[in-house]
Amino acid sequence: MNFQPIIQKTRAYLCLDCGKCTASCPLARVDLDYSPRRIVERVIYGEAEAVMADPHLWMCMTCGLCSARCPSHVDFTRFIVEMRAEAFRHGERGIYAHNGILQEVMRIQTLNVHQNRTRWLAADMEVADRGDYFYFVGCLPFFDVIFADLGVQALEIARSAVRLLNRIGIAPIVSNEERCCGADLLLGGDVDSFQRLAELNLETIQASGAKKVIFTCAECYNAFKNDYPAFVGPLPFELMHLTELLAPKVEAGELRFAPLPGLVTYHDPCRLGRYLKVYEPPRTLLHGVPELILVEMEDNRERAMCCGSTAWVNCSGCSKLIQREKLRQARETGARLMLTTCPKCQIHLSCAARDLDDEQAVEVEDVISWVGQAIEPQARTENDG
Amino acid sequence: MDDLPKIIAFACNWCSYAGADLAGVSRIQYPPSTRVIRVMCSGRVSPMFILEALRAGADGVLVTGCHPGDCHYLSGNEKAVHNIELARSLLALLGIEPERLRLEWISAAEGARFAQVVKEFTEQIRQLGANKLQAAGDRQP
Repeated sequence: MNFQPIIQKTRAYLCLDCGKCTASCPLARVDLDYSPRRIVERVIYGEAEAVMADPHLWMCMTCGLCSARCPSHVDFTRFIVEMRAEAFRHGERGIYAHNGILQEVMRIQTLNVHQNRTRWLAADMEVADRGDYFYFVGCLPFFDVIFADLGVQALEIARSAVRLLNRIGIAPIVSNEERCCGADLLLGGDVDSFQRLAELNLETIQASGAKKVIFTCAECYNAFKNDYPAFVGPLPFELMHLTELLAPKVEAGELRFAPLPGLVTYHDPCRLGRYLKVYEPPRTLLHGVPELILVEMEDNRERAMCCGSTAWVNCSGCSKLIQREKLRQARETGARLMLTTCPKCQIHLSCAARDLDDEQAVEVEDVISWVGQAIEPQARTENDG
Repeated sequence: MDDLPKIIAFACNWCSYAGADLAGVSRIQYPPSTRVIRVMCSGRVSPMFILEALRAGADGVLVTGCHPGDCHYLSGNEKAVHNIELARSLLALLGIEPERLRLEWISAAEGARFAQVVKEFTEQIRQLGANKLQAAGDRQP
């Protein structure tokens, strides 16, 4: 089998064998047998088949800290994703977390389904069937069912998102025909299912006439922006994270919040941060909330630590150790609340936070659902009665 | 659907599988619609099995286990209740009729009951019609 295209595409041939990747990798710190450098070297020196059969192939969280620091700009996360696709074709699989329920939910959506995924909409929310803005809800309705045990109220993110959009005068399209973005299938090597989901989503959004697609999930946003074009061509609409849309409104004073007193810290999800370089908008949004004080963790922005698990594969004791370190950094800021912009980071970190005693306790919530509880009604203008 | 729906029946090793066996050795007639899969406990049936069965073309999924209080592993069937509820919620979201999934308690002595449950469920699925998931899906990953 020929692995040259993967080596070429990801610039792996430029690897200097310096080991910065392994030194940076949060996983290598807790799993001494894991080494991104060695994975690259083994493939270059003709041991690709062995790498495909090695469970370590599925352990990388694709957090991208290695690629960000690589002096040769080797795209290691891409390298891993391409190797997994090859391994998947050869019948290899990661170890599915949560019994593979999430993979099944995603694969069923490649078929002829007519979902009931918008039942969370409440009477006070304005949504539309057609219009300029499409709110891509992602897996939130499914997370709300599957992760209810963790106390993660995933749909609060969606409800807050619609209320915030309504507040700035947008009635977004929310569709039952939307499918999972498929990112986790792609990351798990299942390229065919990903392709199908991308096609179906493109079809749905195009049919709605939307010009902008708004996301609250960093993973969906990244999948659309960085992966969809390679599978379905350039997208005929603009993509935005909700925080990117709201931040300018906060700065202009058009969007105000009621006070939410307290210290909070912000976790940069790797997709929104290192992948898409969206660091400031969520912070701007938080700065717009009176009496909310944002304190930064030791490792923030491009250095932010991963939430410990990706693609619902190979969640392990190592994931837990990484999560514990992340929560420790959060607690060290003095904050007892960590906000993020990726529901999956929220799920993973909430899971690990259950084991903490009162002294170390940290709660994990989404930025959107947190500020959503403090939306101030439209400010009165002088013309108002 | 051919006249006969395709049903995947999960049966626990300790009660329901023996119940199905009893239906057989007692020569009780019931529709040949089920493919029985023996599991050690009804609690082993993950929502993933149910979703996968439906994705692969089953028209219905029947999960059977020991009566409450009789579980060989004490509380496995309580876990089954939780799993089935989770699966039902997921099916509802996905737009698949939750009635395609049924949970029944069948002991090793209830051969006639096993036959009766299969007969009823087959009729129920026949009324729902074929599982249309594959209709537009041109591939099965």
